[in-house]
Amino acid sequence: MAAKPKLHYPNGRGRMGSVRWVLAAAGVEFDEEFLETKEQLQKLQDGNHLLFQQVPMVEIDGMKLVQTRSILHYVADKHHLFGRDLKERTLTDMYVEGTLDLLELIIMHPFLKPEDQQKEVVNMAQKAIIRYFPVFEKVLRDHGQRFLLGNQLSLADIILLQTILALEEKIPNILSAFPHLQEFTVKISNIPTIKKFLEPGSKKKPPLDDIYVRTVYNIFMP
Amino acid sequence: MAGKPKLHYFNGRGRMESIRWLLASAGVEFEEKFIGTPEDLDKLKNDGSLMFQQVPMVEIDGMKLVQTRAILNYIATKYNLYGKDIKERALIDMYTEGMADLNEMIMVLPLCPPDQKDAKITLIRERTTDRYLPVFEKVLKSHGQDYLVGNKLSRADIHLVELLYYVEELDSSLLANFPLLKVISLTAFRREGSHFPPEVLTVGLRSHHCADLLGPGTPSRVSF
Repeated sequence: MAAKPKLHYPNGRGRMGSVRWVLAAAGVEFDEEFLETKEQLQKLQDGNHLLFQQVPMVEIDGMKLVQTRSILHYVADKHHLFGRDLKERTLTDMYVEGTLDLLELIIMHPFLKPEDQQKEVVNMAQKAIIRYFPVFEKVLRDHGQRFLLGNQLSLADIILLQTILALEEKIPNILSAFPHLQEFTVKISNIPTIKKFLEPGSKKKPPLDDIYVRTVYNIFMP
Repeated sequence: MAGKPKLHYFNGRGRMESIRWLLASAGVEFEEKFIGTPEDLDKLKNDGSLMFQQVPMVEIDGMKLVQTRAILNYIATKYNLYGKDIKERALIDMYTEGMADLNEMIMVLPLCPPDQKDAKITLIRERTTDRYLPVFEKVLKSHGQDYLVGNKLSRADIHLVELLYYVEELDSSLLANFPLLKVISLTAFRREGSHFPPEVLTVGLRSHHCADLLGPGTPSRVSF
């Protein structure tokens, strides 16, 4: 299937962020159709393009994939980002699911009431430092290799890097107690496809802001 | 590998229930170690058994698996309940994730503040009849087969039967306009008779507990 994947989502990170990251890391060029109005969403829904009337939706290989994890799994599987066997796949799953729990806090943050937002930044930082980063720091320290699975890039590395960089935007010194994660961040950022994605002009979106929040409310709220 | 899988969770449905259903449907006997007190949970945390300090945790094949989806993915793969190729897996994943979204809404209902409960229940009803059940009814109607994907039992069918069970508990009239969904819930289990003796279906089917089910750190998600 020669056509590039086509992503349907508002022009912002949100739940499509991870999908963009994985596609970019795998060196897959993609197109984007940005949702800006309720009418556009209605059109997609009425045309039966969205299995559960929701985005993200990615047109890829003749399918209209929805549900973030389904899309991530499909792309990761296709591009060998799940390790070599079932055990490595399962490790990847555990790492990814844990990281996605943390990323969820970041995704939801702009939609919290302003008075709750600062408190939530503290919560995110605590969760990252106490619950999640120690796990990955230990994994890297114990085997001394470049990637979470060892010597092979996987979905887990990509999602972790995405999350670390997003957190650093809010809490610049968040990795200060984690030397292996600091090294990891540098190494993975320098992988050519990822390096390209981190440069200006790429499809990576800026941090979520008030304009994005308003757009989302306009599109999705009844 | 001789030992049975061992499930660590509270004595209630919560996030372990779908794992219980999947294991039971695959004919796998398992043991359960219930967390009854904060000390029980602390013990698990302190001995390094919980990767992210959370349950569910399942000891299986020499691993201590955490994260509900990781556990379900492992079991489904091991017992050939995940389709035959990447495209079937994608379909199964999409259906499963949709079901999980509805299941989550039903699961967290007991935690809902009393003044918001009616609105939440109304939303659940709407989503059930307008967003989720029509999809699965349509899939079954479109191919006329007994199973959602690939004319073969997969985890998607098992998760669906579980979901329909909860929908029925909430309000059986919600299933009124979905004749094929009623059929799948019977066929899936009758056909695979050797795996699903009736008593196996009662494993893990217990009444809802309240707030202690989900544990700390459970993200609450706004659905757009």
